[in-house]
Amino acid sequence: MIVGRRSEALTAYAFIFTSVFGFAVFVAIPAVRNVAISFTDWNLLSPPKAIGFRNYTMLFHDPVFWHGVKITVLYVLYQIPIQTLIAIFLGVMMARFAKSILLRGVVILPYLLPPVVGGLMGLWMLNPLIGIVNAAIVAVGIPRQPFLGSVHQALASVAGINIWQFAGFNALLFFAGIQTIPSSLYEAAGLDGASEWQMFWRVTVPLLRPVTAFVLITSVIGSFQVFATIAATTHGGPVNATRVLTWYMYEQAFQQNSMGYGAAISTALTVLLVAISLVQFMAFRTGKSELN
Amino acid sequence: MGDNERLGRRVRGFGRLDITPGKIAAWFALSVFVFISIFPVWWVVRTAFSSTSAIFKQYQSILPVGFTLTNFARVLGFVGTNQAIKEGGAGQTFDFLLSLRNSVIVSVLIVAGQVFFSSMAAYAFARLRFPFREQIFFIFVMGLLIPPIVTLIPNFVLIHNLGLLNTFAGIVAPDLLSSSFAVFFLRQFMLSVPHELEEVALLDGASRVRIYFSIVLPQVRGALVTLGIVVFFYAWNNFLWPYLVGRTPGTRVITAALEVFQSQVPQGGPDWTGLMAGTALAIVPSVVILIVGGRRVVESLQFSGMK
Repeated sequence: MIVGRRSEALTAYAFIFTSVFGFAVFVAIPAVRNVAISFTDWNLLSPPKAIGFRNYTMLFHDPVFWHGVKITVLYVLYQIPIQTLIAIFLGVMMARFAKSILLRGVVILPYLLPPVVGGLMGLWMLNPLIGIVNAAIVAVGIPRQPFLGSVHQALASVAGINIWQFAGFNALLFFAGIQTIPSSLYEAAGLDGASEWQMFWRVTVPLLRPVTAFVLITSVIGSFQVFATIAATTHGGPVNATRVLTWYMYEQAFQQNSMGYGAAISTALTVLLVAISLVQFMAFRTGKSELN
Repeated sequence: MGDNERLGRRVRGFGRLDITPGKIAAWFALSVFVFISIFPVWWVVRTAFSSTSAIFKQYQSILPVGFTLTNFARVLGFVGTNQAIKEGGAGQTFDFLLSLRNSVIVSVLIVAGQVFFSSMAAYAFARLRFPFREQIFFIFVMGLLIPPIVTLIPNFVLIHNLGLLNTFAGIVAPDLLSSSFAVFFLRQFMLSVPHELEEVALLDGASRVRIYFSIVLPQVRGALVTLGIVVFFYAWNNFLWPYLVGRTPGTRVITAALEVFQSQVPQGGPDWTGLMAGTALAIVPSVVILIVGGRRVVESLQFSGMK
Protein backbone atom coordinates (compact mmCIF):
# COMPACT_ATOMS: atom_id res chain seq x y z
CA MET A 1 0.00 0.00 0.00
CA ILE A 2 1.38 3.35 -0.95
CA VAL A 3 0.59 6.29 1.23
CA GLY A 4 -0.33 9.10 -1.09
CA ARG A 5 2.26 11.85 -1.16
CA ARG A 6 -0.53 14.37 -1.36
CA SER A 7 -2.25 13.19 1.79
CA GLU A 8 1.05 13.09 3.62
CA ALA A 9 1.71 16.69 2.70
CA LEU A 10 -1.78 17.68 3.84
CA THR A 11 -1.32 15.93 7.15
CA ALA A 12 2.02 17.65 7.52
CA TYR A 13 0.57 21.08 6.91
CA ALA A 14 -2.13 20.40 9.44
CA PHE A 15 0.47 19.37 11.97
CA ILE A 16 2.61 22.44 11.54
CA PHE A 17 -0.22 24.86 11.12
CA THR A 18 -0.60 26.17 14.66
CA SER A 19 3.14 26.44 15.21
CA VAL A 20 3.72 28.28 11.97
CA PHE A 21 0.73 30.49 12.61
CA GLY A 22 1.93 31.31 16.09
CA PHE A 23 5.43 31.93 14.84
CA ALA A 24 4.26 34.27 12.11
CA VAL A 25 1.87 36.22 14.31
CA PHE A 26 3.97 36.54 17.45
CA VAL A 27 7.56 36.35 16.30
CA ALA A 28 8.22 37.06 12.64
CA ILE A 29 5.68 39.78 11.94
CA PRO A 30 6.27 41.65 15.22
CA ALA A 31 10.01 41.66 14.58
CA VAL A 32 9.39 43.62 11.42
CA ARG A 33 6.53 45.63 12.87
CA ASN A 34 8.74 46.92 15.65
CA VAL A 35 10.77 48.84 13.13
CA ALA A 36 7.60 50.14 11.50
CA ILE A 37 6.29 51.34 14.85
CA SER A 38 9.56 53.13 15.48
CA PHE A 39 8.73 55.41 12.56
CA THR A 40 5.53 56.56 14.21
CA ASP A 41 4.30 58.66 17.07
CA TRP A 42 1.75 56.50 18.83
CA ASN A 43 0.17 56.54 22.24
CA LEU A 44 -2.37 53.77 21.63
CA LEU A 45 -5.33 56.02 22.35
CA SER A 46 -5.29 57.65 18.93
CA PRO A 47 -4.09 56.22 15.61
CA PRO A 48 -0.35 56.22 14.95
CA LYS A 49 1.14 59.19 13.14
CA ALA A 50 3.93 58.55 10.68
CA ILE A 51 6.87 60.78 11.48
CA GLY A 52 9.70 59.27 9.51
CA PHE A 53 13.07 59.27 11.22
CA ARG A 54 12.16 61.82 13.85
CA ASN A 55 12.31 59.27 16.68
CA TYR A 56 15.81 58.35 15.67
CA THR A 57 17.05 61.90 15.45
CA MET A 58 15.54 62.53 18.89
CA LEU A 59 17.28 59.40 20.11
CA PHE A 60 20.56 60.61 18.71
CA HIS A 61 20.31 63.80 20.71
CA ASP A 62 18.90 62.16 23.82
CA PRO A 63 21.43 62.15 26.67
CA VAL A 64 19.41 59.64 28.66
CA PHE A 65 19.62 57.25 25.72
CA TRP A 66 23.38 57.52 25.42
CA HIS A 67 23.72 57.23 29.15
CA GLY A 68 21.59 54.10 28.86
CA VAL A 69 23.94 52.69 26.24
CA LYS A 70 26.88 53.33 28.50
CA ILE A 71 25.15 51.85 31.54
CA THR A 72 24.00 48.77 29.62
CA VAL A 73 27.47 48.04 28.27
CA LEU A 74 28.98 48.69 31.67
CA TYR A 75 26.48 46.33 33.23
CA VAL A 76 27.40 43.55 30.82
CA LEU A 77 31.08 44.16 31.57
CA TYR A 78 30.38 43.95 35.29
CA GLN A 79 28.42 40.74 35.06
CA ILE A 80 29.78 38.51 32.31
CA PRO A 81 33.55 38.24 32.90
CA ILE A 82 33.24 37.50 36.61
CA GLN A 83 30.27 35.20 36.06
CA THR A 84 32.08 33.23 33.35
CA LEU A 85 35.27 32.90 35.37
CA ILE A 86 33.35 31.63 38.36
CA ALA A 87 31.44 29.24 36.11
CA ILE A 88 34.59 27.79 34.55
CA PHE A 89 36.21 27.44 37.94
CA LEU A 90 33.16 25.78 39.44
CA GLY A 91 32.70 23.53 36.40
CA VAL A 92 36.27 22.32 36.57
CA MET A 93 36.01 21.77 40.33
CA MET A 94 32.91 19.68 39.84
CA ALA A 95 34.33 17.69 36.96
CA ARG A 96 37.52 16.95 38.86
CA PHE A 97 36.38 16.46 42.40
CA ALA A 98 32.68 16.06 42.93
CA LYS A 99 30.33 15.03 40.18
CA SER A 100 27.44 14.30 42.48
CA ILE A 101 23.98 15.14 41.25
CA LEU A 102 23.19 16.61 44.64
CA LEU A 103 25.90 19.21 44.23
CA ARG A 104 24.73 20.01 40.73
CA GLY A 105 21.18 20.38 41.96
CA VAL A 106 22.25 22.86 44.63
CA VAL A 107 24.39 24.83 42.23
CA ILE A 108 21.56 25.19 39.72
CA LEU A 109 18.98 26.27 42.29
CA PRO A 110 19.51 30.04 41.89
CA TYR A 111 18.95 29.69 38.15
CA LEU A 112 15.57 28.05 38.72
CA LEU A 113 14.23 30.97 40.70
CA PRO A 114 12.38 33.82 39.05
CA PRO A 115 14.70 36.77 38.38
CA VAL A 116 12.22 38.93 40.28
CA VAL A 117 12.86 36.75 43.32
CA GLY A 118 16.60 37.10 42.87
CA GLY A 119 16.16 40.84 42.85
CA LEU A 120 14.03 40.85 45.98
CA MET A 121 16.50 38.63 47.78
CA GLY A 122 19.20 41.09 46.88
CA LEU A 123 17.06 44.04 47.90
CA TRP A 124 16.56 42.58 51.35
CA MET A 125 20.02 41.16 51.95
CA LEU A 126 21.80 44.27 50.71
CA ASN A 127 19.65 46.66 52.70
CA PRO A 128 21.91 49.41 54.11
CA LEU A 129 20.48 49.28 57.62
CA ILE A 130 19.12 45.84 58.38
CA GLY A 131 20.52 43.71 55.58
CA ILE A 132 22.48 40.64 56.51
CA VAL A 133 25.34 41.39 54.10
CA ASN A 134 26.10 44.65 55.84
CA ALA A 135 25.80 42.92 59.20
CA ALA A 136 28.39 40.41 58.08
CA ILE A 137 30.92 42.84 56.66
CA VAL A 138 30.59 45.20 59.62
CA ALA A 139 31.41 42.26 61.86
CA VAL A 140 34.79 41.94 60.13
CA GLY A 141 35.51 45.63 60.27
CA ILE A 142 34.46 46.80 56.80
CA PRO A 143 32.30 49.93 56.89
CA ARG A 144 28.61 49.66 56.05
CA GLN A 145 27.82 49.99 52.33
CA PRO A 146 24.72 51.48 50.67
CA PHE A 147 24.80 48.97 47.75
CA LEU A 148 21.54 49.38 45.85
CA GLY A 149 20.94 52.76 47.41
CA SER A 150 24.09 54.34 46.05
CA VAL A 151 24.61 55.90 42.66
CA HIS A 152 28.07 54.34 42.52
CA GLN A 153 27.31 50.85 43.73
CA ALA A 154 23.82 50.14 42.42
CA LEU A 155 24.78 48.83 39.00
CA ALA A 156 27.49 46.57 40.37
CA SER A 157 25.06 45.32 43.00
CA VAL A 158 22.52 44.39 40.35
CA ALA A 159 25.29 42.66 38.42
CA GLY A 160 26.24 40.79 41.58
CA ILE A 161 22.70 39.55 42.04
CA ASN A 162 22.64 38.23 38.50
CA ILE A 163 26.04 36.61 38.84
CA TRP A 164 24.61 34.74 41.80
CA GLN A 165 21.67 33.72 39.72
CA PHE A 166 23.42 32.51 36.58
CA ALA A 167 26.92 31.35 37.49
CA GLY A 168 25.75 27.93 38.63
CA PHE A 169 23.86 27.17 35.43
CA ASN A 170 26.82 28.16 33.29
CA ALA A 171 29.05 26.06 35.52
CA LEU A 172 26.93 23.06 34.62
CA LEU A 173 27.38 23.81 30.93
CA PHE A 174 31.14 23.86 31.40
CA PHE A 175 30.88 20.72 33.50
CA ALA A 176 29.04 18.94 30.70
CA GLY A 177 31.62 20.19 28.22
CA ILE A 178 34.50 18.86 30.26
CA GLN A 179 32.83 15.47 30.39
CA THR A 180 33.22 15.25 26.63
CA ILE A 181 37.00 15.60 26.76
CA PRO A 182 38.54 12.14 26.47
CA SER A 183 40.44 11.27 29.60
CA SER A 184 43.19 9.79 27.47
CA LEU A 185 44.31 13.34 26.75
CA TYR A 186 44.75 14.02 30.45
CA GLU A 187 46.58 10.74 30.87
CA ALA A 188 48.96 11.58 28.08
CA ALA A 189 49.61 15.01 29.56
CA GLY A 190 50.14 13.45 32.95
CA LEU A 191 52.69 11.08 31.48
CA ASP A 192 54.54 14.06 30.07
CA GLY A 193 54.80 15.35 33.60
CA ALA A 194 52.24 18.12 33.32
CA SER A 195 50.88 19.60 36.55
CA GLU A 196 47.17 20.16 37.22
CA TRP A 197 47.55 23.79 36.28
CA GLN A 198 49.25 23.00 33.00
CA MET A 199 46.68 20.37 32.18
CA PHE A 200 44.02 22.97 32.69
CA TRP A 201 45.59 25.45 30.30
CA ARG A 202 46.84 23.06 27.65
CA VAL A 203 44.02 20.53 27.53
CA THR A 204 40.86 21.80 29.17
CA VAL A 205 40.77 25.42 28.01
CA PRO A 206 41.41 24.84 24.28
CA LEU A 207 38.96 21.96 24.10
CA LEU A 208 36.32 23.95 25.91
CA ARG A 209 36.39 26.59 23.22
CA PRO A 210 32.99 25.77 21.67
CA VAL A 211 31.33 25.64 25.08
CA THR A 212 33.01 28.89 26.10
CA ALA A 213 31.85 30.51 22.89
CA PHE A 214 28.31 29.33 23.45
CA VAL A 215 28.27 30.42 27.09
CA LEU A 216 29.73 33.84 26.34
CA ILE A 217 27.45 34.58 23.41
CA THR A 218 24.26 33.47 25.14
CA SER A 219 25.03 35.07 28.48
CA VAL A 220 25.95 38.38 26.84
CA ILE A 221 22.67 38.33 24.91
CA GLY A 222 20.81 37.64 28.13
CA SER A 223 22.72 40.26 30.05
CA PHE A 224 21.85 42.98 27.55
CA GLN A 225 18.19 42.31 28.21
CA VAL A 226 18.26 42.51 31.99
CA PHE A 227 14.97 43.82 33.27
CA ALA A 228 13.22 41.91 36.03
CA THR A 229 16.04 42.38 38.53
CA ILE A 230 15.87 46.12 38.07
CA ALA A 231 12.09 46.07 38.30
CA ALA A 232 12.39 44.33 41.66
CA THR A 233 15.05 46.64 43.05
CA THR A 234 16.08 50.03 41.72
CA HIS A 235 13.65 50.95 38.93
CA GLY A 236 16.41 52.61 36.98
CA GLY A 237 17.71 54.61 39.93
CA PRO A 238 19.16 55.93 42.10
CA VAL A 239 19.04 58.89 39.70
CA ASN A 240 20.04 57.15 36.44
CA ALA A 241 22.49 54.65 37.84
CA THR A 242 20.66 51.56 36.60
CA ARG A 243 18.65 53.01 33.75
CA VAL A 244 19.63 50.36 31.23
CA LEU A 245 18.15 50.46 27.74
CA THR A 246 15.44 47.87 28.42
CA TRP A 247 14.24 49.90 31.38
CA TYR A 248 14.32 53.15 29.41
CA MET A 249 12.34 51.48 26.64
CA TYR A 250 9.79 50.27 29.17
CA GLU A 251 9.43 53.71 30.70
CA GLN A 252 8.99 55.41 27.36
CA ALA A 253 6.56 52.90 25.90
CA PHE A 254 4.48 51.99 28.91
CA GLN A 255 4.73 54.88 31.31
CA GLN A 256 5.07 57.78 28.88
CA ASN A 257 2.88 56.00 26.32
CA SER A 258 5.29 56.71 23.50
CA MET A 259 5.13 53.42 21.65
CA GLY A 260 7.08 54.81 18.73
CA TYR A 261 9.96 56.11 20.79
CA GLY A 262 10.07 52.90 22.78
CA ALA A 263 10.23 50.90 19.57
CA ALA A 264 13.11 53.06 18.40
CA ILE A 265 14.98 52.35 21.62
CA SER A 266 14.44 48.62 21.34
CA THR A 267 15.54 48.70 17.70
CA ALA A 268 18.71 50.51 18.69
CA LEU A 269 19.32 48.01 21.46
CA THR A 270 18.83 45.13 19.05
CA VAL A 271 21.29 46.61 16.60
CA LEU A 272 23.82 46.95 19.38
CA LEU A 273 23.16 43.38 20.47
CA VAL A 274 23.49 41.95 16.97
CA ALA A 275 26.72 43.85 16.39
CA ILE A 276 28.28 42.56 19.59
CA SER A 277 27.11 39.00 18.96
CA LEU A 278 28.62 39.10 15.48
CA VAL A 279 31.92 40.35 16.85
CA GLN A 280 31.92 37.57 19.41
CA PHE A 281 31.01 35.02 16.77
CA MET A 282 33.83 36.16 14.52
CA ALA A 283 36.30 36.11 17.36
CA PHE A 284 35.53 32.50 18.08
CA ARG A 285 35.34 31.45 14.47
CA THR A 286 38.97 32.36 13.84
CA GLY A 287 40.14 29.44 15.95
CA LYS A 288 40.57 26.00 14.44
CA SER A 289 38.99 22.96 15.97
CA GLU A 290 41.38 22.02 18.73
CA LEU A 291 40.58 18.38 18.79
CA ASN A 292 42.78 17.64 15.75
CA MET B 1 50.07 -1.31 39.04
CA GLY B 2 51.47 0.72 36.19
CA ASP B 3 51.85 4.47 36.01
CA ASN B 4 49.01 4.65 33.50
CA GLU B 5 46.46 3.21 35.84
CA ARG B 6 47.42 5.30 38.78
CA LEU B 7 47.25 8.44 36.65
CA GLY B 8 43.99 7.33 35.10
CA ARG B 9 42.33 6.95 38.43
CA ARG B 10 43.60 10.26 39.63
CA VAL B 11 42.23 12.32 36.79
CA ARG B 12 38.79 10.80 36.66
CA GLY B 13 36.39 11.08 39.54
CA PHE B 14 37.32 11.08 43.17
CA GLY B 15 40.71 9.58 42.71
CA ARG B 16 42.65 8.00 45.49
CA LEU B 17 42.12 8.93 49.06
CA ASP B 18 45.30 10.92 49.52
CA ILE B 19 44.60 14.37 50.87
CA THR B 20 46.52 17.02 49.03
CA PRO B 21 46.45 20.73 49.89
CA GLY B 22 44.98 21.30 46.45
CA LYS B 23 42.09 19.00 47.28
CA ILE B 24 41.41 20.73 50.55
CA ALA B 25 41.35 24.10 48.80
CA ALA B 26 39.01 22.73 46.13
CA TRP B 27 36.60 21.28 48.66
CA PHE B 28 36.66 24.54 50.56
CA ALA B 29 35.85 26.49 47.40
CA LEU B 30 33.00 24.12 46.55
CA SER B 31 31.60 24.44 50.04
CA VAL B 32 31.66 28.20 49.75
CA PHE B 33 29.69 27.98 46.50
CA VAL B 34 27.15 25.66 48.01
CA PHE B 35 26.71 28.02 50.94
CA ILE B 36 26.36 31.07 48.71
CA SER B 37 23.82 29.27 46.53
CA ILE B 38 21.61 28.19 49.37
CA PHE B 39 21.95 30.90 51.96
CA PRO B 40 19.77 33.54 50.25
CA VAL B 41 16.97 31.01 49.92
CA TRP B 42 17.23 30.21 53.59
CA TRP B 43 17.34 33.90 54.38
CA VAL B 44 14.03 34.46 52.62
CA VAL B 45 12.45 31.62 54.56
CA ARG B 46 13.93 32.80 57.83
CA THR B 47 12.60 36.31 57.30
CA ALA B 48 9.19 35.09 56.19
CA PHE B 49 8.71 33.25 59.46
CA SER B 50 9.95 36.15 61.61
CA SER B 51 7.78 38.76 63.23
CA THR B 52 7.96 42.26 61.85
CA SER B 53 8.93 43.92 65.11
CA ALA B 54 11.75 41.52 65.84
CA ILE B 55 13.19 41.94 62.35
CA PHE B 56 14.46 45.41 63.00
CA LYS B 57 16.11 44.71 66.31
CA GLN B 58 17.65 41.32 65.67
CA TYR B 59 18.44 41.52 62.01
CA GLN B 60 21.53 39.39 62.22
CA SER B 61 19.88 36.35 63.72
CA ILE B 62 20.35 33.32 61.53
CA LEU B 63 17.19 31.70 62.77
CA PRO B 64 13.71 33.16 62.54
CA VAL B 65 13.02 35.64 65.34
CA GLY B 66 9.62 35.82 66.91
CA PHE B 67 8.54 32.82 64.90
CA THR B 68 5.18 33.51 63.36
CA LEU B 69 2.89 32.49 60.53
CA THR B 70 1.10 35.80 60.37
CA ASN B 71 3.19 37.10 57.47
CA PHE B 72 1.90 34.33 55.29
CA ALA B 73 -1.65 34.88 56.46
CA ARG B 74 -1.33 38.55 55.68
CA VAL B 75 -0.09 38.22 52.12
CA LEU B 76 -2.40 35.38 51.27
CA GLY B 77 -5.29 37.65 52.00
CA PHE B 78 -6.60 35.93 55.10
CA VAL B 79 -6.27 38.96 57.29
CA GLY B 80 -8.23 42.20 57.33
CA THR B 81 -6.55 45.54 56.66
CA ASN B 82 -6.50 46.79 60.25
CA GLN B 83 -5.05 43.62 61.56
CA ALA B 84 -2.47 43.72 58.81
CA ILE B 85 -1.35 47.19 59.81
CA LYS B 86 -1.09 46.12 63.44
CA GLU B 87 1.26 43.35 62.42
CA GLY B 88 3.42 45.84 60.62
CA GLY B 89 1.88 45.34 57.25
CA ALA B 90 1.65 48.13 54.75
CA GLY B 91 -2.04 48.82 55.00
CA GLN B 92 -3.13 47.30 51.76
CA THR B 93 -4.62 43.86 51.60
CA PHE B 94 -2.82 41.60 49.26
CA ASP B 95 -3.90 38.39 47.68
CA PHE B 96 -0.92 36.31 46.74
CA LEU B 97 -3.12 33.26 46.84
CA LEU B 98 -4.89 34.62 43.80
CA SER B 99 -1.60 35.49 42.15
CA LEU B 100 -0.31 31.99 42.74
CA ARG B 101 -3.44 30.62 41.17
CA ASN B 102 -2.91 32.88 38.19
CA SER B 103 0.67 31.73 37.79
CA VAL B 104 -0.47 28.12 37.89
CA ILE B 105 -3.09 28.75 35.22
CA VAL B 106 -0.68 30.59 32.95
CA SER B 107 2.13 28.08 33.37
CA VAL B 108 -0.03 25.01 32.86
CA LEU B 109 -1.62 26.51 29.77
CA ILE B 110 1.72 27.40 28.25
CA VAL B 111 3.28 24.03 29.01
CA ALA B 112 0.29 22.15 27.63
CA GLY B 113 0.13 24.28 24.51
CA GLN B 114 3.80 24.22 23.73
CA VAL B 115 4.18 20.49 24.29
CA PHE B 116 1.09 19.66 22.26
CA PHE B 117 1.55 21.94 19.28
CA SER B 118 5.31 21.84 19.08
CA SER B 119 5.48 18.08 19.15
CA MET B 120 3.10 17.88 16.22
CA ALA B 121 5.19 20.31 14.26
CA ALA B 122 8.39 18.54 15.28
CA TYR B 123 7.01 15.25 13.99
CA ALA B 124 6.08 16.80 10.68
CA PHE B 125 9.53 18.30 10.24
CA ALA B 126 11.20 15.08 11.26
CA ARG B 127 9.20 12.43 9.48
CA LEU B 128 6.73 13.79 6.97
CA ARG B 129 7.63 14.88 3.50
CA PHE B 130 6.12 18.05 2.12
CA PRO B 131 7.12 20.91 -0.10
CA PHE B 132 9.29 23.62 1.50
CA ARG B 133 9.87 21.52 4.60
CA GLU B 134 13.51 22.49 5.04
CA GLN B 135 12.94 26.14 4.24
CA ILE B 136 10.13 26.54 6.73
CA PHE B 137 12.15 24.78 9.38
CA PHE B 138 15.09 27.02 8.70
CA ILE B 139 12.96 30.10 9.24
CA PHE B 140 11.73 28.60 12.47
CA VAL B 141 15.24 28.11 13.74
CA MET B 142 16.15 31.65 12.79
CA GLY B 143 13.41 32.73 15.18
CA LEU B 144 15.68 31.63 18.00
CA LEU B 145 17.91 34.57 17.23
CA ILE B 146 15.22 37.19 17.65
CA PRO B 147 15.59 38.81 21.09
CA PRO B 148 12.35 39.13 23.09
CA ILE B 149 12.67 42.89 23.46
CA VAL B 150 12.09 43.29 19.75
CA THR B 151 8.68 41.65 19.80
CA LEU B 152 7.51 43.09 23.09
CA ILE B 153 5.93 46.35 21.93
CA PRO B 154 4.33 44.99 18.74
CA ASN B 155 2.86 42.00 20.58
CA PHE B 156 1.51 44.30 23.26
CA VAL B 157 -0.08 46.48 20.63
CA LEU B 158 -1.60 43.42 18.99
CA ILE B 159 -3.05 42.06 22.23
CA HIS B 160 -4.34 45.53 23.06
CA ASN B 161 -6.05 45.86 19.70
CA LEU B 162 -7.59 42.41 20.06
CA GLY B 163 -9.06 43.51 23.36
CA LEU B 164 -7.23 40.75 25.18
CA LEU B 165 -5.50 42.86 27.80
CA ASN B 166 -6.11 41.57 31.30
CA THR B 167 -7.14 38.15 30.09
CA PHE B 168 -5.38 34.84 30.41
CA ALA B 169 -5.69 34.42 26.66
CA GLY B 170 -3.70 37.58 26.16
CA ILE B 171 -1.00 36.49 28.57
CA VAL B 172 -0.45 33.05 27.13
CA ALA B 173 -1.01 33.79 23.44
CA PRO B 174 2.56 34.46 22.29
CA ASP B 175 4.02 31.45 24.06
CA LEU B 176 1.17 29.01 23.70
CA LEU B 177 1.08 28.28 20.02
CA SER B 178 4.68 28.15 19.02
CA SER B 179 8.19 27.92 20.23
CA SER B 180 11.20 27.64 17.99
CA PHE B 181 13.15 26.06 20.78
CA ALA B 182 10.53 23.39 21.50
CA VAL B 183 10.15 22.43 17.85
CA PHE B 184 13.90 22.26 17.33
CA PHE B 185 14.40 20.28 20.51
CA LEU B 186 11.66 17.72 19.90
CA ARG B 187 12.53 17.26 16.27
CA GLN B 188 15.96 16.00 17.33
CA PHE B 189 14.30 13.28 19.36
CA MET B 190 11.74 12.38 16.77
CA LEU B 191 14.50 11.87 14.24
CA SER B 192 15.86 9.04 16.31
CA VAL B 193 12.64 7.10 16.59
CA PRO B 194 13.26 3.90 14.59
CA HIS B 195 11.70 3.98 11.13
CA GLU B 196 10.60 0.37 11.34
CA LEU B 197 8.03 1.08 13.99
CA GLU B 198 6.21 3.47 11.73
CA GLU B 199 6.67 1.44 8.59
CA VAL B 200 5.04 -1.60 10.10
CA ALA B 201 2.05 0.47 11.14
CA LEU B 202 1.87 2.11 7.72
CA LEU B 203 1.79 -1.26 6.02
CA ASP B 204 -1.06 -2.23 8.28
CA GLY B 205 -2.95 0.75 6.91
CA ALA B 206 -2.73 3.07 9.87
CA SER B 207 -2.99 6.76 9.16
CA ARG B 208 -0.14 9.11 9.92
CA VAL B 209 -2.17 10.74 12.62
CA ARG B 210 -2.81 7.44 14.32
CA ILE B 211 0.88 6.53 14.08
CA TYR B 212 1.82 9.83 15.59
CA PHE B 213 -0.38 9.52 18.64
CA SER B 214 -0.04 5.84 19.39
CA ILE B 215 3.51 5.06 18.35
CA VAL B 216 5.75 8.08 18.05
CA LEU B 217 4.60 10.12 21.04
CA PRO B 218 5.08 7.31 23.56
CA GLN B 219 8.57 6.81 22.17
CA VAL B 220 9.57 10.39 22.90
CA ARG B 221 7.82 10.60 26.25
CA GLY B 222 11.07 11.38 28.04
CA ALA B 223 11.79 14.33 25.78
CA LEU B 224 8.26 15.62 26.29
CA VAL B 225 8.70 15.58 30.05
CA THR B 226 12.04 17.31 29.75
CA LEU B 227 10.52 19.98 27.54
CA GLY B 228 7.63 20.36 29.96
CA ILE B 229 9.99 21.02 32.83
CA VAL B 230 12.03 23.58 30.94
CA VAL B 231 8.93 25.36 29.66
CA PHE B 232 7.32 25.37 33.10
CA PHE B 233 10.27 27.19 34.59
CA TYR B 234 10.22 29.67 31.77
CA ALA B 235 6.52 30.36 32.18
CA TRP B 236 6.49 30.50 35.98
CA ASN B 237 9.54 32.75 36.21
CA ASN B 238 8.55 35.09 33.40
CA PHE B 239 8.00 38.68 34.41
CA LEU B 240 7.76 41.46 31.87
CA TRP B 241 5.13 40.13 29.50
CA PRO B 242 2.61 38.92 32.11
CA TYR B 243 3.25 42.10 34.07
CA LEU B 244 2.30 44.26 31.10
CA VAL B 245 -0.72 42.25 30.02
CA GLY B 246 -2.17 41.06 33.31
CA ARG B 247 -2.74 44.09 35.50
CA THR B 248 -5.85 43.17 37.40
CA PRO B 249 -5.64 41.08 40.55
CA GLY B 250 -7.56 38.39 38.73
CA THR B 251 -4.88 38.02 36.09
CA ARG B 252 -1.73 39.18 37.81
CA VAL B 253 0.86 36.45 38.15
CA ILE B 254 3.01 35.98 41.22
CA THR B 255 6.15 37.59 39.79
CA ALA B 256 4.19 40.69 38.86
CA ALA B 257 2.40 40.70 42.20
CA LEU B 258 5.72 40.66 44.03
CA GLU B 259 6.94 43.66 42.08
CA VAL B 260 3.77 45.61 42.74
CA PHE B 261 3.96 44.76 46.44
CA GLN B 262 7.56 45.92 46.60
CA SER B 263 6.98 49.20 44.85
CA GLN B 264 4.03 50.27 46.96
CA VAL B 265 6.18 51.55 49.77
CA PRO B 266 4.14 53.00 52.62
CA GLN B 267 5.39 55.52 55.15
CA GLY B 268 7.20 53.20 57.45
CA GLY B 269 9.21 51.40 54.82
CA PRO B 270 8.51 48.21 52.91
CA ASP B 271 6.73 45.36 54.62
CA TRP B 272 9.82 43.15 54.56
CA THR B 273 8.38 40.15 56.31
CA GLY B 274 5.33 40.18 54.10
CA LEU B 275 7.48 40.59 51.01
CA MET B 276 9.65 37.68 52.02
CA ALA B 277 6.61 35.56 52.75
CA GLY B 278 5.36 36.26 49.24
CA THR B 279 8.79 35.54 47.82
CA ALA B 280 8.96 32.26 49.70
CA LEU B 281 5.66 31.23 48.17
CA ALA B 282 6.94 32.08 44.68
CA ILE B 283 9.99 29.92 45.26
CA VAL B 284 8.07 26.83 46.34
CA PRO B 285 7.36 25.33 42.88
CA SER B 286 10.97 25.67 41.75
CA VAL B 287 12.31 24.00 44.86
CA VAL B 288 9.67 21.27 44.85
CA ILE B 289 10.28 20.41 41.21
CA LEU B 290 14.01 20.35 41.81
CA ILE B 291 13.69 17.99 44.77
CA VAL B 292 11.11 15.73 43.19
CA GLY B 293 12.61 15.77 39.73
CA GLY B 294 16.21 15.69 40.89
CA ARG B 295 18.51 14.26 38.30
CA ARG B 296 16.04 14.70 35.47
CA VAL B 297 15.69 18.43 36.14
CA VAL B 298 19.41 19.05 36.26
CA GLU B 299 20.00 17.14 33.08
CA SER B 300 17.04 18.71 31.29
CA LEU B 301 18.45 22.13 31.91
CA GLN B 302 21.96 21.13 30.94
CA PHE B 303 20.55 19.73 27.75
CA SER B 304 18.42 22.75 27.01
CA GLY B 305 21.49 24.90 27.38
CA MET B 306 23.42 22.89 24.89
CA LYS B 307 20.84 23.38 22.18
